[in-house]
This record gives sequence, structure tokens and C-alpha cells, in this order.
Amino acid sequence: MTGDPRDFVAHEAALLDERRFDDWLALFADNGHYWVPLLGAAQADPFSHNSLAYEDRLLLQLRVDRLKNPRAHSQHPASHSQHVLQPSRIESETGDEVRLRTPFLYVEARGESQILLSGTARHHLAQTPSGWRIREKRLDLLNAGRALPAIQLFI
Amino acid sequence: MTSYRHHPDRIAALVQDDRVHRDLYLSEEIFALEQERLFANTWVFLGHASQVPEAGDFVTQEVAGRPLLMVRQPDGAVHVMYNRCAHKGTQLVTDESGNVGRFFRCPYHAWTYKLDGAPLGLPLKNGYEGTQLKACESGQGLSVVKHVKVYRDFVFVRLSDAGPSFEDYFGAVLGAIDNMVDRSPEGKLTVGGGVLRNIVRCNWKMYLENINDTVHPMSTHESATKAAEALWEGHAPTDPKPMAMEQILPFGSGYEFFDKMGGRVFTNGHSVLGVNFSIHSNYAQLPEYEAAMQAAHGAERAADILQRSPQNSVLYPSLSVKGSPQAIRVIRPLAADRTLIEAWSFRAAGAPALLFERAMSYNRLVFSPMSVVAHDDVHLFESIQQGLRAGGNEWVSLHRNFDAAELAQATITTNGTNELLMRNQFRAWAKAMASEVAA
Ligand code: FES
Ligand SMILES: [Fe+2]
Repeated sequence: MTGDPRDFVAHEAALLDERRFDDWLALFADNGHYWVPLLGAAQADPFSHNSLAYEDRLLLQLRVDRLKNPRAHSQHPASHSQHVLQPSRIESETGDEVRLRTPFLYVEARGESQILLSGTARHHLAQTPSGWRIREKRLDLLNAGRALPAIQLFI
Repeated sequence: MTSYRHHPDRIAALVQDDRVHRDLYLSEEIFALEQERLFANTWVFLGHASQVPEAGDFVTQEVAGRPLLMVRQPDGAVHVMYNRCAHKGTQLVTDESGNVGRFFRCPYHAWTYKLDGAPLGLPLKNGYEGTQLKACESGQGLSVVKHVKVYRDFVFVRLSDAGPSFEDYFGAVLGAIDNMVDRSPEGKLTVGGGVLRNIVRCNWKMYLENINDTVHPMSTHESATKAAEALWEGHAPTDPKPMAMEQILPFGSGYEFFDKMGGRVFTNGHSVLGVNFSIHSNYAQLPEYEAAMQAAHGAERAADILQRSPQNSVLYPSLSVKGSPQAIRVIRPLAADRTLIEAWSFRAAGAPALLFERAMSYNRLVFSPMSVVAHDDVHLFESIQQGLRAGGNEWVSLHRNFDAAELAQATITTNGTNELLMRNQFRAWAKAMASEVAA
């Protein structure tokens, strides 16, 4: 898919909510990363401070494959997610690359319980012959460092 | 509803030689008694001195339901006080950490205190002339925690005046802290990279038992390890592994591996799992680091430190240590059915940055709220918390490898899958809980 990168961000969230995880993973560039810093927006890099998640394609593939295993015990019953996005705003555009910010609410429901997270998603996308690809998806949570229950799917 | 407070016999009956009663995990009364008797009368990990490097630096933390304050003094000492103004009880600071400068000033009526808690001043002083204030507790400044031990920068407190000395309480298991600190050629660790915090809706004892449970990884973590194995398939055993693979793949080791790793129990509930080897034993070698360790400690001690990488060492009741990777978990009970688990990483002075990366990577993969490995553990703990409410069988089995001779011994080395490591925790629990001494 080419075209407006703001549509790409909405499409990406919809794939997650539809549990189309393989299609979602295919949106990442080979060297793409998924990052949820422990300091939220205040964190400069993933190396000097820890993160709730900092994953390359290998680890994302592991997550997606684990979810397919019937012995992923924590998925009985399965979790479902809903992203509620504010309109994406383009932060910068240079050549074939674009950076966007998208404030969001994220709900993850499983059985009787439901968790609500909020923050800003920051996408760094690159244009390729087959459309936009994710260089980095960074999720700056409000209160990332507070005690959290298990977050099982992808914010 | 059974009442336990004035019935030590009923509490003792919850822990039998080879099984424990479900009320241990379900009863709010038992939880309240644990706060008073177990967490107040034993030595509980509060924090690390590197969190408060400068005079006036503080960290707030609750232990046994009491708000505490750890403060660095002008002379370099670390003091612990109750976070309660002597006037009406306002918490002096409500940030998690910070620096107060040269004194504390209560936000309510501006009473001030020195960094060691001694009273400094108060407004409208004249109004107190001729009153009892000076003689009352309120005139004495902040209440201090008298029993504080800073062991190689790990800060422990015992809130009650009664109870064993720090050395008597922990004994030989302190070697786990020594091993981790000595992995720094300079003998110095600092907390780094923040703390990952999880809320788990289960009793704290289940989490602590699982730290000593080697029979579950095969079945519990099957989805994560199978996915990792499939991704790594086709690589030669000698191929350099990405750090994440190096850390996740060993979770899939077989029953025999975990049985042979061995375990050791000590008096007062402490234990070391993996006395022979562990899932952390085969991290890539670092020749330059090993040379630095030999220069610092001598060849023999350096080899001893580096070859020992137990799976977990439990400093009962609240601290679990992994010398390699340099990480600790702190268990902070919130209610009978709610527990806060913290995962901390350390930087070791004089050691390569890779060690710190390993600690952060391990914590992120295994102990983050977004972990790929922990979801299945957490789900099962929460499942147990619900399952125990079922009628019928009221007992939890700890029979595996029970041997009546173990009752008479203080320190025992045994196979890695022996539930003795858990029975030992509960024997210490029963001992602490039977006492009616309150802090
Ligand atoms: S409560 Fe602290 S000064 Fe009044
Ligand atoms: Fe586990």
C-alpha cells in the first residue's frame, strides 16, 4: 500500500485488532523495531534505560508464532484489542521517510478483565517499492513505569 | 471463617510436613498477620544504596504496609525513617525519589527535620512554651527504623525490635549477594535502567514458590520455547546466538537438566537453585572481562565467581537474586490476592557494558509486563488463586522427594526438582507466624 502515511497508521492498528499478526509483521522493514520505552516520552534510547519491549523482527516473529501455539496457556481465553486513534500528525518528512505521531487509547480485554492504556504512537516509516514499511514503531505510554498487569498483544 | 490471630496452633496446622492448606493463599486475616509477624520480624530488602548517591537523596518505599523513607546522610551513611511527620502524620515526601536538600520540611504546617530525622524547627514557636510537646513523641522528630543493615550496598530493614540479627538470619545465603557484587572487578554495583513493575493477581507465596520450581518450564513455557526453537532451527550449535536466543532457548531444557542442576536449602527459608549449573551457565565467554576479574580477585576466586551462576537464590521472604545476569526480583505483597513484582538490573563497575545489556535484556524478555515468557507463568498463578477456592481438596501438594530426615537438618543439598525448596519456605513461614510478637 502506498499513499498517505496517515492511512497506513490506521491500517496497521486495524490489522492488530483483527488479529492478523502475520500481515502486521510483514509491514516491518527487515531492520525494523517495535519499542515501548519504560520512561515513555522522556526516554532517549533503548540502551541506557530498559524498556517494556524492544524487539526486532526475530522477537516479533517469536511472539506471533507463540500466539499460534495451542499451548500458549495465557491465551485461554484469548485476548482481544481495540485501538482508538486520534488523527495522525506528520512530524517530519525527508526524502522517502516520514515520522508521524498518533495519540491513542488501547484496550486489551481477556475474560472478565480489561486493561486500558494511553499514550502516543510514533511511527518512523520508509517508502519502498511495495509501499510504506515500519523502521520503528515507538509507543510512549502515560505512566509506562508504573506497575502494570500483563499486556499480551501488541499496543 | 476461621480466626487465626489468637490461635497459633491453627496457623501451625496450615503447614504440614509435605503439604500446605489453601488458607495460606486465600485468607486476608493471614495476610494481615504476615505483615505484622513475618515481614516486620524478618530482614526485608528495602532498596540499593546506589539509588541515593548524594546527601539529601531519598527513596520512598513501603515495607509490611508501612511507608518508609531511605535517605543519604551528609556523612555518607544511609538511614531509614518512617515517612510520617511528627506533628500530624503527613508523609514528608510523596515522590518516589528525589533530593530534599539539607532538611525535610513538612508540606502541611512547615515543621522541619534534619536529614537524620532530628527536629529542627517549627513556626509560631512561642505557642509551644509550657506545653508537653518536647516530652511527647511528637517533639522528638521523625521515628527512625533502628534495625537497618547495609550489606554491600543492599539495604535491608527489620521493623520489629525482636528477631534475629542480620547475619544469623541470612547466614550462608549472603554468598549470593557476594557473588553478584564480586562480578564487578571493583566490587561495586549500581542500579541501572529503571525497574520493571508487574501487578500479579495472586498471593505472593505462589510467586516465590515458582522461583524454586523447575518442574514447570517444560510444560508452562512450551509455547515460547517451541517458537524460539523453530526460529533457531537450522543453526549449528556453535553459531553465535543473538542475546535474546541465548537467554530464551535454555527455558526449553528437559526435566533431566533441571533435576541435575541441584538445589540447596538453608535455615529460615532461604535457598539456592542451580548449585551445579543453570539456564544462565552458557552465556558467551568474555576473555577481557575474565582477565580483569583475575587481576581483581586472583585466578581461583575469579573462576569460582564466574562459574557459579545459579538459576535463583532466594533471600526469604522478599528477594530473589540472579548473579548472572545481574538482576534481582523483589516481591512486594499488596493483598492476599495481589502482588507487586519488581525486576531490577545492575551495572557492575569495571565490567563490560555487555553484562548490563544482559541484565536488561533478560528482565525485558522474562519479567516485563510485556514479556514473551512470563505471560504463561502469570496466567497460571492467577489461575491457582481462583482454583484454590474450589471445594473438595483443601490442600496443596508439596510431596515431591519428601524425606522425613529433612526435618532435622538445617542445610541440605539435593536434586533440582525436589519440592524441598518450597517446603523449606513454608517451614520458615510457620515459624515466623506462630510468634505473637508484633512490631
Ligand atoms: S503535619 Fe507536618 S507540620 Fe503539621
Ligand atoms: Fe516460569
